[in-house]
Amino acid sequence: MFRKYLFSTDHKVIGLQYALTSLVFLLLGFILILLIRWQLAYPGAPVPVVGPWLGEANAPGGVILPEFYNQLAAMHGTIMVFLGVVPLAVGAFGNYVTPLQLGAPDMAFPRLNMASYWVYFTGGVIMLASFFVPGGAANSGWTSYPPLADIATSGQTWWLAGILLLSISSLLGSVNMITTIVQLRAPGLTWFRLPFFVWSQLVTAFLLLLAFPALQAAALLQGMDRLAGTSFFLPSGLVVSGRALSVAGGGSALLWQHLFWFLAHPEVYVLILPAMGIVAEVIANNTRKSLWGYRLMVYSIFVLGFLSFAVWAHHMFLTGMGTAVSAFFQATTLIISIPSVVVLSALVLSLYGGSIRFTVPMLFALAFLPMFGLGGLSGLPLGLAPSDIALHDTLYVVGHFHYLVAPGTIFALFAGIYYWYPKITGRMMNSTLGAIHFAGSLVCMNLIFMPMFIQGLGGVNRRLWDGGQQYAHAQELARLNIPMSHASWALALFQLFFIVNLFGSLKFGRRATTNPWHATTLEWTATDSPPLAHGNFATPPRVYRDAYEYSVPGAAADFTPQNEQAGS
Amino acid sequence: MYEWLGLPTAASAHAGDVDRIIVLVHWLMLVLFVGWSVFFAYVLVRFRRSAHPVALHRGLRGNWSTWVEGGVLAAEVVLLVFFAIPTWSARVDAIPPEQQSVVVRVVAEQFAWNVHYPGADRVFGRTALTLVSSDNPLGLDREDPAAKDDIATVNELHLPIDRPAIVYLSSKDVVHSFGLPQMRIKQDAIPGLVQPVWFTPTHTGQWEIVCSQLCGLGHYRMRGFYSIQSQAEFDDWIAQETAALAIP
Repeated sequence: MFRKYLFSTDHKVIGLQYALTSLVFLLLGFILILLIRWQLAYPGAPVPVVGPWLGEANAPGGVILPEFYNQLAAMHGTIMVFLGVVPLAVGAFGNYVTPLQLGAPDMAFPRLNMASYWVYFTGGVIMLASFFVPGGAANSGWTSYPPLADIATSGQTWWLAGILLLSISSLLGSVNMITTIVQLRAPGLTWFRLPFFVWSQLVTAFLLLLAFPALQAAALLQGMDRLAGTSFFLPSGLVVSGRALSVAGGGSALLWQHLFWFLAHPEVYVLILPAMGIVAEVIANNTRKSLWGYRLMVYSIFVLGFLSFAVWAHHMFLTGMGTAVSAFFQATTLIISIPSVVVLSALVLSLYGGSIRFTVPMLFALAFLPMFGLGGLSGLPLGLAPSDIALHDTLYVVGHFHYLVAPGTIFALFAGIYYWYPKITGRMMNSTLGAIHFAGSLVCMNLIFMPMFIQGLGGVNRRLWDGGQQYAHAQELARLNIPMSHASWALALFQLFFIVNLFGSLKFGRRATTNPWHATTLEWTATDSPPLAHGNFATPPRVYRDAYEYSVPGAAADFTPQNEQAGS
Repeated sequence: MYEWLGLPTAASAHAGDVDRIIVLVHWLMLVLFVGWSVFFAYVLVRFRRSAHPVALHRGLRGNWSTWVEGGVLAAEVVLLVFFAIPTWSARVDAIPPEQQSVVVRVVAEQFAWNVHYPGADRVFGRTALTLVSSDNPLGLDREDPAAKDDIATVNELHLPIDRPAIVYLSSKDVVHSFGLPQMRIKQDAIPGLVQPVWFTPTHTGQWEIVCSQLCGLGHYRMRGFYSIQSQAEFDDWIAQETAALAIP
């Protein structure tokens, strides 16, 4: 029992553990932002319904205190990125789907895989527990800039401990993923026959492997500043609340920002690449044709991966950067936009000449394209240092990355859930509920994030407890917060359709055949739904052709499985 | 486009340069987004299953997408080389001589902006950590001859119009960011570092200093005020403040 469901080494069970845990965290991170949205729309008004449960220390009389607001904001970001989206994209989809697409019996290191999940789980529990320590959870933003984070309440120490564990989990997972993809491809599955999803996981794994150590080191240093009296990030001569801080000093506050963004920018691509991988799978399948520019896409994500290590300081233009350094980081930032444009164009061009089926996963994958496009385009004015003067730290930035991550990455993840659900459970999800979930989410997300661009251009800053109301230039624009917040609560209601569908379909869903989408890749063509526990394939598959042989002229059907022998 | 974007009032000499870049980038964004969207919508309708039951295995031929990508790259290079880098260089390399400018120190702290004018001698008095108190947030040493005429205010910055202003920015505790939206100025105030930021106000007016980096529970109320005044009004204000110093 324990070995089967809890401490299993089967990649599919571990993938599902990751999926359920990360979905719970996504929901928790979402609930935190619903509280924030109340405070932004109606600053200082008691939170209805849940207000009394928030605790006297956090919200006396149900009114969210600035201290608590900062906790909610910091933990929303942390939970969404580190505990929600990345584990779902990499831990869940990567774990479950990659070995199946490779024709492998499991991941290369099944025990390491299990360890990776449990370290992640522990890190998540520590993060959540930090809400209950004195002073509450971390409150210095998900970026945890020192000296603020160095002198913050004890929740920050818990945050650092959590981050340390999540880094370890990511490292274990990425080593496993790289080894699996290199070593465990089925006979005949040459590199350029790999589904694009596998490529995206490979590049993602390298990013995790190479970027996380920087944050790990930084978290250790900050932890020592907080616990062992060191001053890595504390310069000399600090005076806090009128009192000289009794520390050795001599450190650099900026050093943290470099270390943090050296992880956190590649982390952005960790959020994006698996999403592109899922969207590519769904688009090829639902257009009934091969991807346009498959090789070009593969080369592009490698370029993206390499360049993502050379753009981090575009988060720091306003820290006092000279012309040469800023020119370098502006140039790399613009250069990295080109492979992103190439991948997105290739996905859009893939639609041309297709025979497009508007299935629920396809709806999400299609919406990903313009939404991700908006997110990417709105990064351009932030990537140029002079325009960043006006837009830095405003809600424009918040709008920009939410377009990338919410109707971008999260939509891709939804597409993946609707797409692979029949493989995992043997049943289809309900497409009416799915369509309602899709349409409602799309409309609500745009109602939430589009006004952020307007507010940001008007100069309204992010991370303000009152939504910026006291500033003269924000008077008019802050009013937008009310419809935006209502849209966020409507968005929550539409997620109920998903939750009901996700669990209800386990029992009431239409039974799925082995290959209900008529797909070509091995997870559909060579194994049952769900695949065999421990081993996946009754007979190890052999691959004879490219990943997306759809609508091949003269073929028997409009799809030719990768494991179908020529002439058979 | 400029009107649509709804940027704050532009009231400094370089604000036009910043705004021009924002406008140009938004034109580029608009063209690309509309172009892609039109193609996207056409393809979805034209190649829906009922209208196009059998997919083309090969799909789109031709390499005009390369031209689009090349166009994007070209537009970005132009933006970078002809607009962004020169504008930035003017911000950080072309700091005007102090003799022709108004020079001020701004020291940020949780959650206030301490402003320090050097006074008539144009020399900032000595400051010391040990002298910091609630009446003397800068820790200014009034015994120092250079400090006798120094003016210190909290959350109140006055500057004359049409003269370059140089602000030496630092922080006592955590990272703050000194934002003057109408001047198109934003610069992090980082403890342990002193960083100059300069601009030339071109319009008179009264606006707010906005803290633009999360600095703790009072971040939302870390608001100061700044006035751009005519030279005469500014001189009056300085004279007033200097006279106030004489009263112990």
